Amino acid sequence: MIRSDIIKELASTIKDTLTVCNIGLPSQEMHMIDDQPSNFYMLGTMGLASSIGLGLALAQKSKVLVIDGDGSVLTNMGTLPTIANNVADNYVLLIIDNGSYGSTGDQPTYAGKLTSLTKVAEACGCKNVIECKAEDTVQVVKDALAGDEMTVIVSKCESGNIKVPVITMDPVVIRDRFMKTVAAQNA
Amino acid sequence: MSVDNVIIDGFVNNKVEFITTVPCKQLGGVIDAAEKHPDIYHIPSNKEDEGMGLCAGAFMGGKRSAIIMQNTAIGVTINTLVTLTQYYRMPLPMLISYRGELGEPVACQAEMAVHTKALLAQLNIPTYHFHKQSDADEFDKILKYTFMCNKPVAILTDASFWGGY
Repeated sequence: MIRSDIIKELASTIKDTLTVCNIGLPSQEMHMIDDQPSNFYMLGTMGLASSIGLGLALAQKSKVLVIDGDGSVLTNMGTLPTIANNVADNYVLLIIDNGSYGSTGDQPTYAGKLTSLTKVAEACGCKNVIECKAEDTVQVVKDALAGDEMTVIVSKCESGNIKVPVITMDPVVIRDRFMKTVAAQNA
Repeated sequence: MSVDNVIIDGFVNNKVEFITTVPCKQLGGVIDAAEKHPDIYHIPSNKEDEGMGLCAGAFMGGKRSAIIMQNTAIGVTINTLVTLTQYYRMPLPMLISYRGELGEPVACQAEMAVHTKALLAQLNIPTYHFHKQSDADEFDKILKYTFMCNKPVAILTDASFWGGY
């Protein structure tokens, strides 16, 4: 399974969940497969999906899912200690770990070599870290969203991409409809 | 009242409830005051671009946010300021220690100081410079301006403002 297979399978489960999607293909795939106002698409700024999601989770009550990637977490490795030390039990970080920088042509990342993001997350102090196979991801995410504990999921999958169109929606429109959804869920 | 508390009260009076910080020697007092204030969630960041991500999320979650950092961070955060904060039109007060100005003992700090205002100007970021403690009288208006126009706004605070090194 590749990342887009996971996102396809995940879409119906997370339909109404506040979802912060990582830059590049994860956002574009989510947008193509099931565009929802509860999705926040990152159009730039590599690495910050987990940070945006954590800020969002700490600021309000609804569950927050971040769909991140191994390359992006490696870019912003400082995020894991911040997540561990600022526990938000409505926060689920899904790191789709395909061992490559998918959006730029599948150059290998260190997470696909000797570096284990699962162990890094644990060493940073994250309490509830689950490494799973791509095939099990939907169930693990479902359980994490149903629970009340901050969870970091590292889903190991194969690298590879499908053809997807870029997102042409204006960033202010993305932000505005997302914030309206956040406000409605917290009303 | 200490200048640290004047700044923190300014934030609180403008309903800024979520503050992220990356430390600087000059900012020790104000960071401490943020940590102690019961109405502020203080979340230290490991890097300033990470902090701006946290602030963006908190803002979308309905909480006004701010970042406290050193001017060297301008070099770290240009991409984030442009492609996140400005692109999505989010307000972000940035209280920045302006290292490398008069009284600076560390020569390397002057290297970034000479670029600070030019970089902020290039980014079209409204920039205010606090040199005397009375300059903080405008802090309240600067915060209101920031949340009115949905832009990142820089408040440079030099060593004279903080009372020397």
